[in-house]
Amino acid sequence: MSVTNPAILKLTVKNHPGVLSHVCGLFARRAYNLEGVMVRPVRDDKKLSRMWLLVNEEDRLMQLIKQTEKLVDVISVEQHSMAGSAFEATQEYFV
Amino acid sequence: MTELATRPKHSTAAQSQHGHAHEQTQSEVHGDPKTTAETRELSGAQLLIELLERQGITCIAGVPGGANLPMYDALSGSDIKHVLARHEQGAGFIAQGMARVTGKAQVCFASSGPGATNLITAVADAHLDSIPLIAITGQVPQAMIGTDAFQEIDTFGLMLPITKHNYLVRSAEELLEVIPAAFELALSGRPGPVSIDIPKDVQNEKIELGSMPAPGARLPDPVVTEHEVDDMLSRITAAKQPVLMIGGGIVYADATELLRYFAEQMDVPAVQTFMGLGVLPSDHPLSLGMLGMHGAPFTNLVLEECDLLVGLGVRFDDRATGKVAAFCPNAEFIHVDIDNSEIGKVLQPVQSIVADVGNVLEIANRRLQPQSNEQWQQRVAQLKSDHPLQLDGSDEIFRPYGAIAAVAELVDSSANITTDVGQHQMWVAQAYPFERPRQWISSGGLGTMGFGLPAAIGMALAAPNQKTICFSGDGSLMMNIQEFATAAEHNLDLKVIILNNNHLGLVRQQQTLFYNKNLSAVKFEQRTDFPAAAIAMGMAGIDLSECENPREALKQALNEPGPCLINIPIAETEMVFPMVAPGGANKDMIVSETPEAAT
Repeated sequence: MSVTNPAILKLTVKNHPGVLSHVCGLFARRAYNLEGVMVRPVRDDKKLSRMWLLVNEEDRLMQLIKQTEKLVDVISVEQHSMAGSAFEATQEYFV
Repeated sequence: MTELATRPKHSTAAQSQHGHAHEQTQSEVHGDPKTTAETRELSGAQLLIELLERQGITCIAGVPGGANLPMYDALSGSDIKHVLARHEQGAGFIAQGMARVTGKAQVCFASSGPGATNLITAVADAHLDSIPLIAITGQVPQAMIGTDAFQEIDTFGLMLPITKHNYLVRSAEELLEVIPAAFELALSGRPGPVSIDIPKDVQNEKIELGSMPAPGARLPDPVVTEHEVDDMLSRITAAKQPVLMIGGGIVYADATELLRYFAEQMDVPAVQTFMGLGVLPSDHPLSLGMLGMHGAPFTNLVLEECDLLVGLGVRFDDRATGKVAAFCPNAEFIHVDIDNSEIGKVLQPVQSIVADVGNVLEIANRRLQPQSNEQWQQRVAQLKSDHPLQLDGSDEIFRPYGAIAAVAELVDSSANITTDVGQHQMWVAQAYPFERPRQWISSGGLGTMGFGLPAAIGMALAAPNQKTICFSGDGSLMMNIQEFATAAEHNLDLKVIILNNNHLGLVRQQQTLFYNKNLSAVKFEQRTDFPAAAIAMGMAGIDLSECENPREALKQALNEPGPCLINIPIAETEMVFPMVAPGGANKDMIVSETPEAAT
């Protein structure tokens, strides 16, 4: 799998059933290219989850972010660099 | 299989008791629950109904079945009127009809499995047209979820991509949060549907209840600054050939009067989207009618020349823009919409305001300097007279425009109009003299054949003192024809006018124009006797072609209160012109069947 110019999004979402479905459903429905997902509850606040997305959508990135922000269970969406991201720390698990 | 697990054809308790509960007190309504000073015991289903009552819901369309029996048991004691649809899709569109004509959120009920899947088309339709619809479905008990239980289906997963948000409720207590939140979501920002799936054990769960939550309502709109509005005004003033593009957002924001004042003071002509029809009366001097695939030639030609297009409550749908790269080739765009994700989705505006369009217009109207665009208006008038909309046969009752004109002449502007989907829909959109918002409701985004009849029932239920007219076609009407019985049951003043060419007319038209006249699967070999079908289900029905004086018969049928089907045969060779080929540029309008006549 070649990832040309992936963007990394760091989401804060409500931690309850169905959230991952809503995010992944949005990406499927709008044919956004999702290269990676990692999600776990936030360590110090179990009501929230942190979701890391690796997306390959240079041209539609702003549109993708706006659509993601519209999801009711999504509290915030930030762009993040590879450095310091969950994907950088876990690259060895995906060889 | 037990009796309870199947979907009965007729509801029992739910159906017979509505309308007799008006004098009942709260405690009687809920079957004398154990009450104390602070708390009382309610089932999840009773709580649901009470929460819906507190939301102001007075009418619910639905179909009962195994997994929503507790809801119907609770509903039978409520003031809420229930309309028993003959198919869940009908229930969904009845609720939509009520929502579209009132602007309020409305509710439909269905059971699990096939009940839920049947509802899906109506929910998806509400999603694309931004309709506040609350779809509440029963689900198998939580312990059985995931076991492929009888009538179990992943309603949550199915509703997910076609709603603003959706819920699977996991306890009766959660209803206290979910129901108000669902209404808040459906009504806030850009409206839309919300689906709530409630397992049967949650409906049956007893909880001790203290206070009730406040009903969910529309949240405050985003703040607009005067600076943003001034910027928009100065761009419009600076433009030499500006045009407004007005859409459903104006209708939903109740901003029609504000828009009319704004357009008049700024002296800017306006094209209307399919969803925005009625915002400007069709005979208003600034109205350029509907743009896009079936817009008048002058409408699309004005857009070719405009240098600034101001989109107000629109989403630049492909049926409106045609090929986007060729849309308004000389124009810059301003985009005002309440949905931030619409900004930049289709085209890049030079200025955008994410706001309720009514708030923007209210500020604009306070701050604008009245102006006139004399030269541009002269050019627009020239284009209008050189390239008018041709309404061939508008004085012949057995031709499309003639039938529509005959109806429009016989009813006043208080009549509410709906359509199904196809040629008849476009003829009505082009030619009916709409005068006010919410006079016209039609399935725009999803283009659902079968929308018209149940939506008309919803309209007639919500606006019983106004006549409801549903224009339909023989293809569309067949897709929810079972709701004739529902219309008859409630004796609604509803007229279904069928422009009957015994074909899937718009498909036939496309095959004729774009597939070398290779007519494939568009003719109904078995002709349906629609008046007989209407009569069989308790409505009146006439065929104008069998009447000695068709105009007089039409007048009588329209004026006689009650539901009536009026069959008007037309030729299958009739077409909707102009037409822009799907994917084509709006300037390339086909205006007749002979290719060389294309402009």
